Amino acid sequence: MKKEKTNEQANKSSAELRQELVDHFREKRELLRQQWVQHMTAKGLLAGLTREDIETESITIYDTCIVCLETGEYDGARTYAMRMAERGVLRGMSTEQIIGGLLTLRDVYGRSLFERYQHDMERLSSALDIYEPVANKILSIVALAFVAEREKIVRQQQEAIRELSTPVLQVRDQMLILPIIGVIDTHRARQLTEQLLRTIRTSRAKVVVIDITGVPGVDSKVANHLVQTVDASQLMGATVIVTGISPEIAQTLVTLGVDLTKMNTVGDLQGGIEEADHLLGYRVVREEPGNGFIHNKKV
Amino acid sequence: MAEENCIPINSEIDIVTARQKGRAMAAQLGFSSTELTLIATAISEIARNIVEYAREGEISLSIAHEGDKQGIVVMGCDNGPGIPDIKLAMQDGYSTGKSLGLGLPGAKRLMDEFEIVSEVGRGTKVTMKKWVQNHAR
Amino acid sequence: MSVPILKQGDYLIASVQSELSDADLLKLRDDLVSRVGEFRSRGVIVDVTILDVMDSFATRTLRSMAHMIMLRGAKTVIVGIQPEVAFSMVQLGLKLESVATALDLEEGLALLDSQTKGDTRRG
Repeated sequence: MKKEKTNEQANKSSAELRQELVDHFREKRELLRQQWVQHMTAKGLLAGLTREDIETESITIYDTCIVCLETGEYDGARTYAMRMAERGVLRGMSTEQIIGGLLTLRDVYGRSLFERYQHDMERLSSALDIYEPVANKILSIVALAFVAEREKIVRQQQEAIRELSTPVLQVRDQMLILPIIGVIDTHRARQLTEQLLRTIRTSRAKVVVIDITGVPGVDSKVANHLVQTVDASQLMGATVIVTGISPEIAQTLVTLGVDLTKMNTVGDLQGGIEEADHLLGYRVVREEPGNGFIHNKKV
Repeated sequence: MAEENCIPINSEIDIVTARQKGRAMAAQLGFSSTELTLIATAISEIARNIVEYAREGEISLSIAHEGDKQGIVVMGCDNGPGIPDIKLAMQDGYSTGKSLGLGLPGAKRLMDEFEIVSEVGRGTKVTMKKWVQNHAR
Repeated sequence: MSVPILKQGDYLIASVQSELSDADLLKLRDDLVSRVGEFRSRGVIVDVTILDVMDSFATRTLRSMAHMIMLRGAKTVIVGIQPEVAFSMVQLGLKLESVATALDLEEGLALLDSQTKGDTRRG
């Protein structure tokens, strides 16, 4: 019974103190905010921002932090952090700038509390107990928002690189070329195969030349992907010719015991295209030796 | 798991129903057309396993959430003879029936997650999941 | 639903119109294998454009059908396998092995023409 009462009292006084802090920060708003901006400028954290930007942003951040302290709710901070992360990353603002700015604000708040309660250590300690968790929570929200934004961008870029790096090109009627450059992982191999199969359908291709000159290495997984791509193309009625198998890759494939007997292989891309021409019944004839030469020179 | 869909598997005609329902549900979740085919094929394989070895059972379809990921859960249950050696059954090319022996290991390759529990004389339960890839496309 | 089989010249053309149950597939196999002899056909085309799933059973049935038709003296071409279906089949580990495939009916007919050119059964 007695304990409950003291708890109640403690809660009451803590709520009162919280309100006191909120009032204090509101009252000193202009002063503290200016101090904050000064500190940030001194640290070089505001590089690249206009005066107007600094005004509006600092006011919003300052007020958002007070709302968090007052209500104990962080939705406002979360929304703002996400927006800031989106814009910040777009504008090329560094995480150091944002986090540094917030750390500075925390110091400014903290110092003003010291000043106010320096003669009442007990009250100062209670005030810090209320204030510090809020400041830390806000910092972690902002940091997380930035990390999430970065990850999102990395994902988008990875996707973009993957899309870019698998061009399926049509060279002649019914003939496609797929030059693979870079490392093949399972995800990329899938994407590559899907794209190739769709293109076989739309361009009605009968022969596909896959050139792997630009693939640095092959393990059993990649070799299997290659075999799968060949098999799937075959199911759609297209013959695949693989070219550009380096001595190292040839050695790996044989060592791994991958069954490539059913695969058409030709030394290089030129040979592959010649073989494809042959399969499709094309005959490439040079009309006059001189013509081509002059033509090439002009270009 | 909000939505659940149960398809009794009693004959080979139910295999077609199961994979059609699975495809429709996966389509609502936003899977790509290739993934829809993979899912439908995997359902076909485990449904066929039920018909072939247990004669009857059921396939249930539901939606799974994990963080911000969403996916489809396909569960195949039967009270059939069970599988004495799961490790062996999951090997490519192993079959006691008349199939190619690609059913279970094949279905595993088509999905993201695959779990099989079996007790001889009691039955078999296969749970498989596939998550929607949230790529920009 | 059973699959209609059309006779066109020396060829039989079966084009699948809807998803097939196992029984439908087996019936298609039996029908084709018997009609090849009846019509003295030299080639068979099975158009599977409509199928959005080819599982192990379907693949096995088509493969054994092609082998039976070969024993009866004709060639088989499977046409119209969709990109998604082809992808799913190789992921599953399924192969049609020695069975010929082509993009669509037109290509299938051209393939049969070129393969049966030397066939002098009917001059």
